[in-house]
Amino acid sequence: MTESLQRTPLYDLNLELGAKMVPFAGFEMPIQFPAGLMTEHLHTREKAGLFDVSHMGQIRIAAKSGDVKDAAAALETLVPADFVGLAAGRQRYGLLTNEEGGILDDLMVANMGKDLLVVVNAGCKVQDADRIEKALSDRCVVTRQFDRALMALQGPAAEAALAPLCPAVKDMRFMDVIETELSGVPVTVSRSGYTGEDGFEIGCAGADADRVARAILAQADVLPIGLGARDSLRLEAGLCLYGNDIDVTTTPVEAALGWAIQKARREGGVREGGYPGADVVLKQTRDGVARKRVGLMAEGRAPVRAGAKLFADAEGQKEIGVVTSGAFGPSVKAPVAMGYIASDYAALDTPVFAELRGKYVPLHVRAMPFVAPGFKR
Amino acid sequence: MTTYYTKSHEWIRVDGEQATVGITAHASEELGELVFVEAKDEGTEVAAGDAAAVVESVKAASDIYAPVAGTLAGFNEALSDDPTLVGKDPEGEGWIFRMTVANPDDLKGLLTAEQYKTL
Repeated sequence: MTESLQRTPLYDLNLELGAKMVPFAGFEMPIQFPAGLMTEHLHTREKAGLFDVSHMGQIRIAAKSGDVKDAAAALETLVPADFVGLAAGRQRYGLLTNEEGGILDDLMVANMGKDLLVVVNAGCKVQDADRIEKALSDRCVVTRQFDRALMALQGPAAEAALAPLCPAVKDMRFMDVIETELSGVPVTVSRSGYTGEDGFEIGCAGADADRVARAILAQADVLPIGLGARDSLRLEAGLCLYGNDIDVTTTPVEAALGWAIQKARREGGVREGGYPGADVVLKQTRDGVARKRVGLMAEGRAPVRAGAKLFADAEGQKEIGVVTSGAFGPSVKAPVAMGYIASDYAALDTPVFAELRGKYVPLHVRAMPFVAPGFKR
Repeated sequence: MTTYYTKSHEWIRVDGEQATVGITAHASEELGELVFVEAKDEGTEVAAGDAAAVVESVKAASDIYAPVAGTLAGFNEALSDDPTLVGKDPEGEGWIFRMTVANPDDLKGLLTAEQYKTL
């Protein structure tokens, strides 16, 4: 490795907590802590886990007019989502598309009242910020806040752990966003995450991150959790990992993310189209697609992993797709996967086969998420 | 009975031509809790270093290599029901497969317990 890895503001704390560090998206990140992936995963589902996700990019978009609606309308030219209709204090998932309708990144966009707060993937953040800045700079001021920290507190005990430090979180519901203080530190808090559980994402200045993380970790039922468990948690929750399950070769329709395109941006909507690749996405929505992202569950215990080819038959004669994420689901207690499959085979409960070490193991197309969501609506 | 070790963290316990193979406590710790273990079919002939079994954690699959050439002679079926046995007792109840060693002289090329410890 010639390029040196970046460190998050929580690097020293992660080491102190005994993290095993690995390179991820250009950062040295904790893959697991001494508790181990399995325990970390189950603890997050049962109690609460704190994740360092400071490698992700935070970007602020403010309209030069001063009206957040103008920033929202500007961002709609890059993302097929309804941001103009997004109320202050609310957050929404969106996709950055290219001219072919391929997915450049997935992101969370919050209306902070005066501006937008966008959270993007670590590996895409420079490219995303460049694209947004280039397209919006005539109307908006785009500020990269890549030195800020971001941590996620996830699990059914998250509210009880956070409320003593930050009482305002008790009144938040799923996808609410506020600016508040946590132990005297200015923070942004959203009630969202990447595990399928109730929980929060907390953004703060890099210099304050250690203090915030220690305050949260000092609460009952909170353990530090690594990226390993983050991956198995999000997979059980049926959430896409950018670069695995979605990328420039997949469209929102193929990825079964049509729900992220609200009515206003769909055919016949008040702001139909108007984003890169809209012609492709509108056509695919109308006419259907040749392949779709689906959930898969194996019958045996052998995990089927990313890259495994999918077949219609147990002899491996007719190839119909590929697995893009797969692991043993610690909460499901069975192998879970997602992948792209020919639309003829995408119906729920369709039996298919995955190539695994020269054999063909039986799977079924299953509904996602694989675990019941714990969101506070 | 003598136990030998490999640089790839298998152990092989030999009694004449019959041998039992598993992974070391160190390897087990590195892998974390296992969720699946599978060996190639009984009767499969393997060369030294061939993948003879696979162990899977939540995150990844790892091959387990035949320490020496021989013929696979059975899988620890208890691991089908409880793969965590490997983590609980890697060098005992958590053995993975048995094999018939083709050439007992090959064992001389493996590591002793002392040599493995100094790796």
